[in-house]
Amino acid sequence: MAMTEQEILAGLGKIVNEITGVPAAEVTPEKSFVDDLDIDSLSMVEIAVAAQDEFGVEIPDDQLKHLKTVKDVINFIQA
Amino acid sequence: MRISQGAPGAKVLAFGGYQPAEIVTNDALSKRIDTSDDWIRTRVGIQERRIAGPNESEIDLAVQAGGKALAASGLSSADIDLVIVATCTLEAQIPNAAGRVAHRLGIQAPGAFDVNAACAGFCYALAAASDAIRAGSATNVLVVGSEKLSQWVDWDDRATAVIFADGAGAAVVGPSDTPGIGPVAWGSAGDKADVVAIQDRRSFLYQEGQSVFRWATTALHPVAALACERAGVDPAELAAFVPHQANLRIVESIARKLGADNAVVARDIVLAGNTSAASIPLALSRMIERGEVPSGGLALLLGFGAGLTYASQVIEIP
Repeated sequence: MAMTEQEILAGLGKIVNEITGVPAAEVTPEKSFVDDLDIDSLSMVEIAVAAQDEFGVEIPDDQLKHLKTVKDVINFIQA
Repeated sequence: MRISQGAPGAKVLAFGGYQPAEIVTNDALSKRIDTSDDWIRTRVGIQERRIAGPNESEIDLAVQAGGKALAASGLSSADIDLVIVATCTLEAQIPNAAGRVAHRLGIQAPGAFDVNAACAGFCYALAAASDAIRAGSATNVLVVGSEKLSQWVDWDDRATAVIFADGAGAAVVGPSDTPGIGPVAWGSAGDKADVVAIQDRRSFLYQEGQSVFRWATTALHPVAALACERAGVDPAELAAFVPHQANLRIVESIARKLGADNAVVARDIVLAGNTSAASIPLALSRMIERGEVPSGGLALLLGFGAGLTYASQVIEIP
């Protein structure tokens, strides 16, 4: 059963908040992790690992570098 | 044919650490490469590191640390019959470091060999020393981790120049009636050999930072937990957790996942940088010197690095 965009967004917001302290409400689809949320490459790895546990989708490092926005990650998990 | 009889257990009698004199600050690095004090502190956790001079070799660093550990142990050079040096940064591979270090310390004709398990090297060498004593192959062992990473780092590469440094740490290991060094949990992941490597003798050290970070923050806390389990020690009983000082965020991530809630966690990287095989004994010797950890308490060591290799054991703090 595929998750909806809203469900993934809620899960991502929680993960991002736990790892970086950025409020979950700020994690919206159009935001760029680096430019808008000020999240660095190592935190992105931690987010990818937590997302794998949460959503069961592996995000390898060579894919991770192409995922710039929250929407990019949602799309990747849904694909 | 007979076989040897060893001691019931082995324990660390003393630690010693040594850093070269020259301090390199983050600000000094930012004058040469595109980085900043803030960037280095938040990504890696380092404030400053030490670099050996052109006439100071990894052998010199090892002799300094080894001499301090020997003096603190109460033993003399005549008591040592095995010397193991963990290093992966020798300028030349022949001869090995251990024989030269032993000679400089006045240790007569000991068994002498080097271990290359990169940043996990000290824990591998400590396990070998403990096993040699328990098997009866040695009585007292000098174990040294010594690295001159500066000679393998491209000082214009900001991915590595901000991380690596020089230093040495040593331990004197002797026989014991009670267990002072727990069973080792070790292993390797040769499929990831390319993520930390020096490609050939003309190349500098290369590291895929994100891949190493992912591996270190996901694969290693179970190794640390296994070392505790094999020693029959609950992580909550640990007085100290001394992982390899690779990156402060890795150190804190593993400590959190392990649940070593009462342990003082080594954060020596702040002042020492990443000194590979030297980082664990260097960190622990400083923690002991400062009185941050209790004598007789339990410390969990966890080495991990290029190979990829890893090793972990519980020890009693001397």
